[in-house]
Amino acid sequence: MNKQPAIEFKNITKRFGKVVANKNVNLTAYRGEILSVLGENGSGKTTLMNMISGIYFPDEGQIFIDGKEVVIASPKDAFDYKIGMIHQHFKLVDVFSAAENIVLGIEDGKYNLKNSTEEIKKITSQYGFELVPDKKIYTMSVSEKQTVEIIKVLYRGADILILDEPTAVLTPQETEKLFNVLRRMRDNGKCIIIITHKLHEVLSLSDRVAVLRKGEYVGTVNTKETNESQLTEMMVGKKISLNIQRSEPKNTVERLKINNLICKNREGANVLENVSFTAKSGEILGIAGIAGSGQRELLEAIAGLQHLASGEITYIDPKTNEEENLRDKTPLQIREMGVRLSFVPEDRLGMGLVGNMDIVDNMMLRSYRKGKSMFLERKQPKNLAEDIISRLEVVTPSANTPVRRLSGGNVQKVLVGREIAAAPTVLMAAYPVRGLDINSSYTIYNLLNEQKENGVAVIFVGEDLDVLLELCDRILVIGSGRVTGIVDARNTTKEEVGLLMTKSQEEGKENNNG
Amino acid sequence: MIVQFICRAILLGTPLLYGSTGEIVTEKSGHLNLGIPGIMYVGAISGVVGSFLYENACGNDIANMSAILAILIPLLCTIIGASLMGLIYSFLTVTLHANQNVTGLALTTFGVGLGNFLGASLINITKSELPSIALTKTSSFFATKLPFADKLGWVGELLFSHDFLTYFAIIIAIIVAFVLNKTRVGLNLRAVGENPATADAAGINVTKYRYVSTCIGSAIAGLGGLQYVFAYASGVWSNNAFGDRGWMAIALVIFALWKPSMAIIGSFLFGALCNANNYIQGLGTETQELFKMLPYVVTIIVLVITSMRKKREHQPPASLGINYFREER
Repeated sequence: MNKQPAIEFKNITKRFGKVVANKNVNLTAYRGEILSVLGENGSGKTTLMNMISGIYFPDEGQIFIDGKEVVIASPKDAFDYKIGMIHQHFKLVDVFSAAENIVLGIEDGKYNLKNSTEEIKKITSQYGFELVPDKKIYTMSVSEKQTVEIIKVLYRGADILILDEPTAVLTPQETEKLFNVLRRMRDNGKCIIIITHKLHEVLSLSDRVAVLRKGEYVGTVNTKETNESQLTEMMVGKKISLNIQRSEPKNTVERLKINNLICKNREGANVLENVSFTAKSGEILGIAGIAGSGQRELLEAIAGLQHLASGEITYIDPKTNEEENLRDKTPLQIREMGVRLSFVPEDRLGMGLVGNMDIVDNMMLRSYRKGKSMFLERKQPKNLAEDIISRLEVVTPSANTPVRRLSGGNVQKVLVGREIAAAPTVLMAAYPVRGLDINSSYTIYNLLNEQKENGVAVIFVGEDLDVLLELCDRILVIGSGRVTGIVDARNTTKEEVGLLMTKSQEEGKENNNG
Repeated sequence: MIVQFICRAILLGTPLLYGSTGEIVTEKSGHLNLGIPGIMYVGAISGVVGSFLYENACGNDIANMSAILAILIPLLCTIIGASLMGLIYSFLTVTLHANQNVTGLALTTFGVGLGNFLGASLINITKSELPSIALTKTSSFFATKLPFADKLGWVGELLFSHDFLTYFAIIIAIIVAFVLNKTRVGLNLRAVGENPATADAAGINVTKYRYVSTCIGSAIAGLGGLQYVFAYASGVWSNNAFGDRGWMAIALVIFALWKPSMAIIGSFLFGALCNANNYIQGLGTETQELFKMLPYVVTIIVLVITSMRKKREHQPPASLGINYFREER
């Protein structure tokens, strides 16, 4: 094969503050090929691609396009080098038609939607897209919107296309259609880079695979010469020992039974499909999965914050051993029963804490109903706040400092501390250590362990597989809203969990009962 | 009688048309400018100051005044005064990221205060006994009718008897409708108001579009104040006489579903509704006050109907009232 390099990275390094997002990445993509960039969440795939689309600027290293060194300082520069990026989150104006969105921002003299529409039709027929240029975006399905995004960059003459997780929102049929289009583009001599973490897609679509792990470039392999287990190993790396004190679960009793949970998002697609599992007291159940596979919806469903299409959530009361259906309860009732959600979403302050209020008042958000007089009772919350500050080593000027002014890690400690203080029977924590340094993370792990030893059923959603393997007793793996497997954390390997995480939807069905 | 009623409605509606056209231009960029009442007020007083200075410079004889200057000077003063208000608004919201509602309300308070201050100062200078100032000479230039209006009977009166600022308002509304819907600038502007992040990614300068559209919108709204003083009030300025026309203009934007063409019809309807009480016999003062509520009632009805129909084209620009920060990590 005599292929020309379209784009080359040489020793690219990018830092955000102290965090190194990309370190010495060397990568080449050729014309007439599809290159997959594979990696876990947070491995720096998107950051790397944002550097060629002009959103970020590399701290070190060089980028070559067609053999010439270039500086890409803005999205406009990227257009000029004929680079087009299709972002995971669409950048479209809802009330505009497809054609209007496609021509938006192009300065080429005369504005004539009719001519543009003709040109759009040419592009759609050339590559086999299905698109009605006059259709308004808000009436479109997700896959149609994606088509608009792709045509948008083609209309601008892009011949290097970067697609960031393009199949995350598509059905299998739509995915196949997209892949056919991409293959046609490749045969047309375009260079296509696709960012993904789905192994089967990598294997079926791409010519070569580049793997990133924790910001570092691991290597590139030809798709024909590799297989799933080699790629998984490249992706997740060797196991690291963390030394978390894990005790054997004692006196485990079933506490929460989840049966065939189905949950739909606003577009009507299933975000949770037939999820079933049991959480037991005195053990930590880990939930592993690529971000956005339905973890958030699952926890919210248990806490009563999500509307369920169908399924049952049964809670077994530790005192009376009676079964209660959580579906008919309000979030407040569920909380009073002892099911606690210390949710740490992407936006730390978004759920659970109010940024402008101080620590004491945030404590009170959970207990304000307990006051006896018509005025607020601040004494107990204040004691609690001070207790949390000293026990969890929260760095704050005082208990009366607005939570907004604390660092991220300290905010999380306050949140987790408050939920634990309520003596829960079920404690759910999602990404409780995200953004925390090692020491704070261990404080949180120890807290969770302590709760487990006290007989609490702990559900821990994590992203670091090493931590999940060391901390949890059982790990439930979730992929595209389905349970792809439940494994014993003591006897499993990172590779096994990694493979389950990236399992396709079809395979997920078979393993659903596992 | 009916012809007179319609003419009166058009006369009353024109300031609203200016105000709402200006506000539509502004809102299409994503700026909810609640400073419109203040801006129209400042527009009016700027024109008054301009014409006052020119009338004084010409002395007592109307023959000394040039028709072109008598119109051009107040016109320019109004445009400059009102645009400056728009500039303040844009600077506060775009550059300093101030809250749009608070900024707008502050500008309304400020504009009315400034207008009253300047108005009272002028009244002081003329040592007038009445709490008002009359610029009837300038007004006579503004009120010049088309020459053939009288010859065509009621048709002439209905269509051609208005002051030129009325026609100007309709022309501006039509131009704005054309620019918004048929040009690249309009497409870009609408994109900025709907989804500034998308516009930014497409290479559109969001800051520039927001500044320029807000200033132009304010200038157009300011002309409404000018029309009120020189065409409706025959050049007589008295403090606070402008009333709640600014708020009505904002209500009219909602009534018109952000469409300048609808604003033309809406403004005349509002003008008619404001005026209806004068044409119905035997109304007490309290019932007359109730009648003044009609434009707002109609606006609420329109709001209810459009939100029930849930048509996306009839919704306000999606990012209306939200300042845009380019996300940077």
